[in-house]
Amino acid sequence: MKNKKTNHEVAKGIRKRVFEHCIKNNGGYLSQACSAAEQLAWLYNDILNLGDSTQPMIPEEFSGVPSKDNQNYITGAGYNGPFESNYDRLIIAPAHYALVAYATLIEVGRMAPEALDMFNKDGSSVEMIGAEHSPGMEVHNGTLGVGLSTGAGLAMGRKIKKETGEVCVFMSDGELQEGQVWEALQTCVHHKIDNLWAIVDVNEQQVNGAMKDVMDIGDIANKIESFGAIVTEIDGHNFDELKKAKKINHKDKPLIILAKTSPYQGMEYLKTRFPKLHYVRFKSEEERINMNNEISTELGISPIEY
Amino acid sequence: MEIVNKPYAKAFEDFAKDKEEILCISADLDSSCEIDGFRDRYPHKFISMGMAEQNMMSFSGGLGLAGFRPFIHSFGVFTYRRPYDQLVASIAYPRRKARIMGFLPGITTPGGMTHQAIEDISVMRTLPNMTVIETGDATEVESICEVADSIDGPVYCRMLRGSVPRLFKTPLQIGKLRTLSEGKDILVFTSGICTEEAIRARSALKKFGISIKHIHVSTLKPINEELFLSLISEAKSGIISMENHLVNGGLGSIVSDIISKYGIGKKLIKLGLQDTYAHGGSKGYLSRYYNLDALALIKSIENLTNTKTNIQEVDLNEARIEDVHSLSKAEAL
Repeated sequence: MKNKKTNHEVAKGIRKRVFEHCIKNNGGYLSQACSAAEQLAWLYNDILNLGDSTQPMIPEEFSGVPSKDNQNYITGAGYNGPFESNYDRLIIAPAHYALVAYATLIEVGRMAPEALDMFNKDGSSVEMIGAEHSPGMEVHNGTLGVGLSTGAGLAMGRKIKKETGEVCVFMSDGELQEGQVWEALQTCVHHKIDNLWAIVDVNEQQVNGAMKDVMDIGDIANKIESFGAIVTEIDGHNFDELKKAKKINHKDKPLIILAKTSPYQGMEYLKTRFPKLHYVRFKSEEERINMNNEISTELGISPIEY
Repeated sequence: MEIVNKPYAKAFEDFAKDKEEILCISADLDSSCEIDGFRDRYPHKFISMGMAEQNMMSFSGGLGLAGFRPFIHSFGVFTYRRPYDQLVASIAYPRRKARIMGFLPGITTPGGMTHQAIEDISVMRTLPNMTVIETGDATEVESICEVADSIDGPVYCRMLRGSVPRLFKTPLQIGKLRTLSEGKDILVFTSGICTEEAIRARSALKKFGISIKHIHVSTLKPINEELFLSLISEAKSGIISMENHLVNGGLGSIVSDIISKYGIGKKLIKLGLQDTYAHGGSKGYLSRYYNLDALALIKSIENLTNTKTNIQEVDLNEARIEDVHSLSKAEAL
């Protein structure tokens, strides 16, 4: 991996790009940039062994869904490098983090900044909910809870084929409410799938608000551990802790890193929106102006012109 | 045209607030399904299930067993794809009085494949004991609670939300068809958001002397075959069905079944998603891309009547453009 920027710089760039996009478009998945910027920066810029992107810097337009008449269909996986046995694969399970993932691709030089202007535009592959054909996406994950199972199957397949590359699944804590995630865990443990690891953005938020008020999932570290996986809880904004977590020996077991995060990290003013943080659409022009002024100051940039 | 803002929010609250056996079931999409106000004002009648649809379906079956009539709210797609097994075992088979309110039908969401319910009618229609209703305007949304709750068994309702046009003056009635225009040449069946598109097409076709009988269908199961049969028998040049759904298993298949069952030699064009998944985009763009708009209907009518109208997009009544970030929508989705 050629590190042109530091992890800190990439994380800062992600927040800045997502913030700029949200101000210009009167809303977006802003809190996800706050909670996940360090994790995605670390994955793409540091820890994952990914080859160079095989896809154009400006993404191709949407070219049809998979069918027998559309043999040229491609997924967005090429943005994470070629399918070669030594390279890692990344599954981004919560597809609504797409905006944050796209910003990351731009920051690490895998996609052009202009690609963000194609976000949620008709006919574009840079979709609002990351689709299989969207940059950086391997599969459709807009139906939450399917990511870990897909990653487990991919990892098992790679194990059978004796490929050395690992599989990483980036997850969010909300999806742990879906039963399928726990079925995936039991499978990983039962089949000793240890070339799989997951990092969970534990920001404790979901669409309706704070998870403890919508559907409390309790002590997830304890639950995951009792399923037989190796689990560690860390500060998801601290790169040293992220690096240390990945070094934990998890022979014969999957490793699950619980990255405890804040949905306001780097943008404390977002607290004014609690508990409605899932999708921040400004209620008034006044709120938009205030957000623009307050958060741009926090980010150390000039207010966004729109 | 009158546009009604969040018709379901008020309709559900008015209907449910004083009925002891009605409970509001939520799957982490409260404002997206317009039940956040109800949740805040009637918390004792509201049950939060989180993102766990399989459990929600069987749990609702249990509420039914206890004598309640749960109104289950989510995006339509999440009420049948993941929890299909639970839907059958816990709700459809034992005929629980569950009222499933499925929002974002077909291409009405930019959320892409995972968010677009494009085979919901097909799936629900084939389930024994299930009733299937689709709303097509604000009046139908406003009357859906009464209608759904009158069903002796489970019911799936395809719901519209946000800014919804008012096309009809009278409430939705189970099994009834609405005749929106009289004509002899072409018979057009539409449902859901396609009805508004067909109204636009009709007005553009007026001056070409093509007479169209336009029927709006909101009950997709059970079907009153006799009503369909008499209409189909009178169609001169052919029949067109138009639905915001796959052409297999929905309205087009209903019409096709009747044509074959009664041996009627009439041509049928089925407009809808032609055995394909859709992707994410605005409603206007997707309608055009997948031939689900007024222009697509006009082309089909030209085809059946051997007419050339040369009607272009600009000739049509201005389409109602929905702002992706309209204030009537709580979230992006």
